[in-house]
Amino acid sequence: MTELLSNHLLSVILWLPLVGALAIALIPKRLEQQAKVAGLFVALATFVLSLGILQRFDDAEAGFQLVERSAWLPAWGVSYALGIDGISLWLTLLTTFLTPLVLLSAWNSVHKHVNSYIVAMLALEFGMIGSFLATDLLLFYVFFELMLVPMYLIIGVWGGPRRIYAAIKFFLFTIAGSLLMLVAILYLVFVIKGGSGAPTFNIVDLYGLAIPMKTQALLFFAFTLAFAIKVPLFPFHTWLPDAHVEAPTGGSIILAGVLLKLGTYGFLRFVLPFFPEATYKYAPVLAVLSVIGIIYGALVAWVQPDMKKLVAYSSVSHLGFCVLGIFAVTQTSIEGSILQMVSHGLSTGALFLLVGVIYDRRHTRMLADFGGLAKSMPVYATIFVIVALSSAGLPGLNGFVGEFLILTGSFKTLPWYAVVAASGVILAALYLLWLVQRVFFGPLDKDENKGLPDMQWNELAAVVPLLVFIVWIGVYPNTFLKKMEPSVRQLLTTVEDHHAAIGKLAVTEPDAPAANPVDGVSR
Amino acid sequence: MLDKLALIPLMPFLGFLLNGLFGRRLGKTFVSIVGVGTAFASAILGSYATWEYVHTFHDGERHVDVVYQWFLSGGVGTDIAFQLDPLSIVMLMVVTWVGSLIHLYSVGYMHEEDGYFRYFSYLNLFLAMMLILILGSSYLFAFVGWEGVGLCSYLLIGYYYQTDFAPAAGKKAFVVNRIGDFGFLLAMFLMFMAFGSVDFGAVEKGAIGVGPGALVTGICVLMFVGACGKSAQMPLYVWLPDAMAGPTPVSALIHAATMVTAGVYLVVRSNVLFRMSPTAMAIVAFIGALTALFAATIGVAQNDIKKVLAYSTVSQLGFMFIAAGVGAYVAAIFHLVTHAFFKACLFLGSGSVIHAMGGEQDIRKMGGLRKHIPVTHWTFAIATFAIAGFPLAAGFFSKDEILASALATPYFASLGKVVWAMGTVAALFTAFYMYRLYYLTFAGEFRGTHEQEHHLHESPKTMTIPLIVLASLSAVGGLIGIPHLLGHSLHIPHVLEHWLEPVLTKVAGLRDGAFAVAEQPEIIVMAGSTILALAGWWFAKSKYATRGTAADEAFHENMPGLASTWENKYWVDELYDAIVVKPLHGFSTICWKVFDAIIDGLLSLAAYFIAALGDIIRFFQTGNVRNYALMLFLGVVVFIWVYV
Repeated sequence: MTELLSNHLLSVILWLPLVGALAIALIPKRLEQQAKVAGLFVALATFVLSLGILQRFDDAEAGFQLVERSAWLPAWGVSYALGIDGISLWLTLLTTFLTPLVLLSAWNSVHKHVNSYIVAMLALEFGMIGSFLATDLLLFYVFFELMLVPMYLIIGVWGGPRRIYAAIKFFLFTIAGSLLMLVAILYLVFVIKGGSGAPTFNIVDLYGLAIPMKTQALLFFAFTLAFAIKVPLFPFHTWLPDAHVEAPTGGSIILAGVLLKLGTYGFLRFVLPFFPEATYKYAPVLAVLSVIGIIYGALVAWVQPDMKKLVAYSSVSHLGFCVLGIFAVTQTSIEGSILQMVSHGLSTGALFLLVGVIYDRRHTRMLADFGGLAKSMPVYATIFVIVALSSAGLPGLNGFVGEFLILTGSFKTLPWYAVVAASGVILAALYLLWLVQRVFFGPLDKDENKGLPDMQWNELAAVVPLLVFIVWIGVYPNTFLKKMEPSVRQLLTTVEDHHAAIGKLAVTEPDAPAANPVDGVSR
Repeated sequence: MLDKLALIPLMPFLGFLLNGLFGRRLGKTFVSIVGVGTAFASAILGSYATWEYVHTFHDGERHVDVVYQWFLSGGVGTDIAFQLDPLSIVMLMVVTWVGSLIHLYSVGYMHEEDGYFRYFSYLNLFLAMMLILILGSSYLFAFVGWEGVGLCSYLLIGYYYQTDFAPAAGKKAFVVNRIGDFGFLLAMFLMFMAFGSVDFGAVEKGAIGVGPGALVTGICVLMFVGACGKSAQMPLYVWLPDAMAGPTPVSALIHAATMVTAGVYLVVRSNVLFRMSPTAMAIVAFIGALTALFAATIGVAQNDIKKVLAYSTVSQLGFMFIAAGVGAYVAAIFHLVTHAFFKACLFLGSGSVIHAMGGEQDIRKMGGLRKHIPVTHWTFAIATFAIAGFPLAAGFFSKDEILASALATPYFASLGKVVWAMGTVAALFTAFYMYRLYYLTFAGEFRGTHEQEHHLHESPKTMTIPLIVLASLSAVGGLIGIPHLLGHSLHIPHVLEHWLEPVLTKVAGLRDGAFAVAEQPEIIVMAGSTILALAGWWFAKSKYATRGTAADEAFHENMPGLASTWENKYWVDELYDAIVVKPLHGFSTICWKVFDAIIDGLLSLAAYFIAALGDIIRFFQTGNVRNYALMLFLGVVVFIWVYV
């Protein structure tokens, strides 16, 4: 057992949810309570084991750690390879952290096919962890696609009235992008890498290949489209509000908390190091879309009559910050971007959870149906306000640090984009405080809202851990930053070195006369 | 203590946690003890730290106490670190002591409130955040306090959350402040890019290294945008009058004495940068003058006791920016201090009046309160004399110093005169609206209902003691800045000027942070101010001392256009609503309903196109042998036709 844990920690963390899911699938349908407890146990065990990663993680090491590798399809250079580095570390932990909370929050709010819901959630966790841990491109792709199935079911089975439409839309959008990526993956491995030796899907071996610019641009866009849809980047965002509105609370939390990050993670893990030239060349395109997304998402969030849709559009805005930070290609902005991914997972996850709390009580999410809830549900109101403020980027809470790093870092390479993006902080206050005002303040004039019970034990148990980290990241973000720093630096080196080696193409930097494409990283 | 500066804000923060978490259950006595106790504790600790500072540092050096590194990423980040220097100490004394008095006052004022614990926990949090703002040793850490006080302001304005107006006013305050913060953020981006740090000392050094130019001007202007938001200057002042929806002690503490002066603090803190950019200084001075005059005119026609004081605050903040803009940084801080005394006293006095009147705020329904609430009356009267610039009262010296500096500023000759003229007119208006307020409230006959008259009573001791203390300070607070004209012959130094001298770093090739005003303009201004204060008094007295609101009615009859323009605050709120809020809301709705639909439509179209393509291709793969035979046949035909 200890041997397994010490040599195959990542595998254990990866497979445990799936094994648990299979076991719970065997529990008879009527034993719902037992299935819930078992599901929570599996998720918690996975989380506890994942803390072992932290314990064994070497802060100074930039490359993959705790690696495991065994051949899978040796003829094609495919292997079962896992590893973790400063870029995937916190996202993996975010996944194992959120899953038990999701199961907790659903304790009393999922009523049909309870056991299957738990199975789907654990299967989803398997897919998500696999995506973050895979260091083999094909393995990543398998997990990346695998996640779609449980998520599709979660929306389609446990969703709201228009769940089928939303589930299909979600599925089609995502798969359209990723199929194109598959073609690009195969081309990259077999034509480009295979052209000069044996093909391999090992991610690190694919970094910094000398790909002609034209080909690179095509591959870049194939990958980028897949991840841009996932993020989702404007204008590929229209699936998101529908998916969120129809998804059950737990689905929304995971969707916003983790699934969307696969897009931003994909940019960092694959797009930047695979295609450095194209990254520099097309960074302004991505930056424009990010900035439009930041403003557009915020404005549209502001006019939503439905709380959940409001939060969904706010995700478009927040994720825009992450993408901007990535394509600014600086140490600061990328670290900020990763931190913001985690922060967004916590804050927006918590917001969806809280929207679910009120939906369970009132079976409506329309702003117009509320008002004055601070009177009937003071604890709920207090927590909601704290989370809303964290999402609005109040210093001292988590949202601020990531956004500040993204904007300050981006200001060096993409100054005008950063300036426009910074105006998003005004809009964030506008829509979040509007939400708070409409729901919690004003007279408590609707009879249905008067006797509402405040937070239940399971809801508190789900949200309090989120609050702890919302404060932690806000007060002492170094815990998180210091572990990602070497990996991000190495990523930048990969991108820059390659860029310098090729050196033929001028750095695309129309907006930075200061001739400092990437900050010098001095500490 | 100097290595434990964090304790000063930590005290009220602890109070916030205790009252916030347990206050509801443990009752009002507990809440009062914790709330007021932690405020006074921070005042005492702050004073003790000051005492130690004075005995340790003799040249006004900057003492920095680092607690830990907040974050650092690619060279961007800052420490959680507190600093003491003469400027921070002045702010510290005002904030903690005036703040503590207002905490004490709140015990009496808020005693009947259900949300007592909530009120005190917010108020404690505010104090903690304000202390971070003034003790933080870098722009970024100060920004934490800057946003934190904004949050508390939001929460406290919206304290009466079950009304429709208060939460909306709170939100307005936060959002408008965020517009300013946008500028502050951009200024910090520039600092990081240019100087690699946002530490106050490093930025000052960096700016001196870079020298005057577009960069420094840009930083200054952007920072001033932030100051305009927090300190309610044009065009971002609109939130402050609405902020009066909060409880009155909050108006006194946050929206008069402390938070709203943060912008002035920021400019003075950055005086080296501003001195390098006369352009930025001119902007500051002009916006300040414009705001001072503009708000003063509105103050003349308001009938809500708190609204008059709110516009007065906007106007007085304008005076502080005049000072900072013309390079008279000491005068800016001097006025900040005296204003904290007299305006806190006035607001608390108005609270006592409202308390006595059973919640009534309309001065048209008051009058003759002098005999019913004597302590409130006397303290209010003293503070009124102080703000109106009555000779020898606190506001007289500080306002006089500002106007004299504007006239004599070495930075820009003609603009200085314009600013001086605008400020002088504003000072006349100030004297007028303040005495109008005083006479309508306290003089003449009572104009309220019988029931109100029956209930008139003086406030409890917890409320009157702070009033007396603040009134005394309003009377004698000016002594910390006796002008040289008087001081020379009497051998009294300008204490504040000496004290703040180290903050105004001397830089080679740059004008000093303080300049002497020649005797002649000093005399002119002093005489002028005296005449204006007396004129405003005389005019207001003749109109309002005995005849109630008759003069206002006459004004409305004779000059209806002007009267309604002022009464309706130049319709600025309506204007913003029409040209900013409504169009933006409309555009957002279009984004949602139209653009999103178009995007969806295009993608559906693409999907439809793919489906149609599939239909065509499907024909080639039907699995139907006859179809394949047909294909084969057609292929052969085409082949033959092409090649044969």
